[in-house]
Amino acid sequence: MRWFWIDRFDEFVRGKRATAVKNVSLAEEHMHDHFPGVALMPNSLVVEGMAQTAGLLVADAIEFNRRVVLAKVAGAEFHFDAVPGDTLRFEATILDLKPTGSLCKVTSRVGDRLQGEAELFFAHLEPGEGVPKLFEPEELLQWLDQMHIYDIGRDEAGRPLARPDW
Amino acid sequence: MPSRDEIFEKVKAALVDALGVDDDEVSPGATMVGDLGAESIDFLDIVFRLEKAFGIKIPRGELFPEDVLSSSEYVTNGKVNAAGIAALKARMPFADLTKFEANPSVQNFANTLTVEDMVRYVQGKLAA
Repeated sequence: MRWFWIDRFDEFVRGKRATAVKNVSLAEEHMHDHFPGVALMPNSLVVEGMAQTAGLLVADAIEFNRRVVLAKVAGAEFHFDAVPGDTLRFEATILDLKPTGSLCKVTSRVGDRLQGEAELFFAHLEPGEGVPKLFEPEELLQWLDQMHIYDIGRDEAGRPLARPDW
Repeated sequence: MPSRDEIFEKVKAALVDALGVDDDEVSPGATMVGDLGAESIDFLDIVFRLEKAFGIKIPRGELFPEDVLSSSEYVTNGKVNAAGIAALKARMPFADLTKFEANPSVQNFANTLTVEDMVRYVQGKLAA
């Protein structure tokens, strides 16, 4: 089982910014107990969705050659709870990108309303730096396809992204 | 070249953002790990913020010498040995290691680096 907290990308500009959506549904099992009669999406999972949006943006920017790990939530603020029926739009922007790490700003919106915002810090680890292999290449590619990254992704000049040949 | 106070204010802003501490906690004598709660991943974050704030490049391991502290060459029985102390001094001329030398256990290093050391480090980089 994988831990998917975004449904697809709507915008993906290599090395710059990306927008992903997450449809919140009462069919998600955790909603049944969190809380009975008052289902809401825990903001910790909103952070996970933000991290997946920004993490894939960063991993693509460094050509998937290191393991991108959410190292730190440098700051997060939430303004209201996401509930079943909401569509969250996560907008991630890379603020700083280096071989060893990156800093991203991510917002979460429902329609025009700002639901949450966070600054996420990713460490880019090499094999042997304490993190096991996160994905088999074909499994990762399957996820990227599912996320429509190579359908809608563009580089800075507006050219479509080439799908890697893994 | 900015004054020492200007550098301190920018370093303070970086530490407040990176560590989520209050302004008044970031005094020159505060230790990075013991008083401000910095963890190893925070040093990576701090490096990013200092590079941006001052337009400098900070090579890995220069600000926080984790490679020295985890090296079997420089650490014997949990204590930094003479070669290790020499390596730390060469690497970190900005830090006052006098207290650490009296009890150079690796764990103790956490309480060595202070905010003022960060300021001195940046001063050195800007002067270079």
